[in-house]
Amino acid sequence: MGSRASTLLREEEIEEIKKETGFSHSQITRLYSRFTSLDKGENGTLSREDFQRIPELAINPLGDRIINAFFPEGEDQVNFRGFMRTLAHFRPIEDNEKNKDPTASEPLNSRSNKLLFAFRLYDLDRDDKISRDELLQVLRMMVGVNISDEQLGSIADRTIQEADQNGDNSISFNEFIKVLEKVDVEQKMSIRFLH
Amino acid sequence: YFLLNFNPFDNLLCILLGISFTVWFTLLLVFIIVPAIFGVSFGIRQLYMKTLLKIFEWATHRIERGAKDNNHLLYKPYSNAIIAKEPTSLEEEIKEIRRSGSNRDLDHASEFEMSDIFYFCRQGVESIMDDEVTKRFSAEELESWNLLTRSNYNFQHISLRLTVLWGLGVVIRYGFLLPLSNNTLCFMTCNFLSEQVHLMCYRICVRALTAIITYHDSENKPKNGGICVANHTSPIDVIILASDGCYAMVGQIHGGLMGVIQKSMVKACPHIWFERSEVKDRHLVAKRLSDHVEDKTKLPILIFPEGTCINNTSVMMFKKGSFEIGSTVYPVAIKYDPRFGDAFWNSSQFGMVNYLLRMMSSWAIVCSVWYLPPMTREEGEDAVQFANRVKAAIARQGGLVDLLWDGGLKRGKVKDTFKEEQQKLYSKMLVGTQEDRSRS
Repeated sequence: MGSRASTLLREEEIEEIKKETGFSHSQITRLYSRFTSLDKGENGTLSREDFQRIPELAINPLGDRIINAFFPEGEDQVNFRGFMRTLAHFRPIEDNEKNKDPTASEPLNSRSNKLLFAFRLYDLDRDDKISRDELLQVLRMMVGVNISDEQLGSIADRTIQEADQNGDNSISFNEFIKVLEKVDVEQKMSIRFLH
Repeated sequence: YFLLNFNPFDNLLCILLGISFTVWFTLLLVFIIVPAIFGVSFGIRQLYMKTLLKIFEWATHRIERGAKDNNHLLYKPYSNAIIAKEPTSLEEEIKEIRRSGSNRDLDHASEFEMSDIFYFCRQGVESIMDDEVTKRFSAEELESWNLLTRSNYNFQHISLRLTVLWGLGVVIRYGFLLPLSNNTLCFMTCNFLSEQVHLMCYRICVRALTAIITYHDSENKPKNGGICVANHTSPIDVIILASDGCYAMVGQIHGGLMGVIQKSMVKACPHIWFERSEVKDRHLVAKRLSDHVEDKTKLPILIFPEGTCINNTSVMMFKKGSFEIGSTVYPVAIKYDPRFGDAFWNSSQFGMVNYLLRMMSSWAIVCSVWYLPPMTREEGEDAVQFANRVKAAIARQGGLVDLLWDGGLKRGKVKDTFKEEQQKLYSKMLVGTQEDRSRS
């Protein structure tokens, strides 16, 4: 850890990441140091095992789903750019960003993108719909062995009933957004940096 | 003809060698061996320390100036925390998330909300950005550069003066400090002799490693029939404690160099070494320890309950074995000053020999040792609670973070029980409200 931190990250790369994610120079170098310390194989990419080595993440009931969010479809390694792109979702929304140029592409940490991140945690097969089955599986991860199948089933049914508007018995992304329209997503899905 | 050619140089070389050898030997005698025998100090090392600190400060300033000139933002590791973490419980957080999204008041809140996932989401990503455990197993990051490449992050070539100073440092450390340590380390063989010689030899080692140790509260020093527990950072911990008192060591027999040293130490003093197979048998270990402790003529046992080396920024879980025995526990806190050379032994990164070389070529090993007042297990307290109480006292004194995590996580996986705890807590939130519903 440490000695490889800034020597391997070129200035151009830092600028590109800055543009894409909105993180500051010091935040990027700090997270790069973190990335290299997790990269036990020292090959510039992280595997699922590298994430699972973090005890606090290993005991998180949804740990595996969160780790999965870093890996694009079918891939087993994530490089630093991909790492930062995923973390960017949790950057707090700053005031001066709210009234940005509407033609510019949506920032990774917009309210909509934060909700999309959470939606994808539920959507196991990435088909842009949360089916009853998927909801049940995720619920089972969160509660472990402490709730019976019947109880969990009725919880899932109730949830879909409340959210589903077009009657297809699953929750689309728009229906998801509607259910959570009052929740303070900006605050609850943001992580504040110390510097 | 061949010999004749080299004659004049030959003579000169011989004379030079002879002089340097004599100088070397005299220095050795005067500054290391004699003071160690009599337990005196010249105060030279304190002066050395002060000078070094001034130089480090200057070096860091120079680098900061250099970075500013090049419009670089300096990478400064601020006390190891990247993000702000608010300590709230699972229940509080999820209730708050639900409250913000709902018109209904909490009494009739639904048992499950899709927004509950935000809690686990954020917790997970926070731990990916910065967690409390994995950073304890690598060297602590410093705010100022101490002219050692090994602790260098973004300090590239800034100025000629700085590079020259660094070069000088290399020459001094490898040309002077290292050979000095090497020579006197031969005295470690004294281990094989009696107890009195023990102390003297450890003291010589301490001086050889250019270790500057400050002992606090020596009136609390461990007595016979007790157990001394301390936080563990490196094998040097043993040398530091043993040069100020006599202890019986406990531990597993290692292979290689360490193993040879361990076996020979037993001849002089009744140390307690276990074979790897015996270590698994907790009853056997406990029996041998309590036998030793009951014999009041035997030296106090020295134990490192963390079971592995940690990087000296925190104290991790104390294994309860030594706290079940029921004798008086003498806690000791050891805190190294990382500015002069990092003492942490990252055993997955360096082997023993490599580590010793690094230690001997650091500027100095500066540390403080606090002897805390003895503690005994109280009524109604079990071994784990007692262990945690002692751990908290050591952490408080040494200014270290008190963690509940197991040092074994350095190599092993975390137990599933912790995940099950979280699942249980969350389930209570879902099911609890259902019971209220059926009631109303």
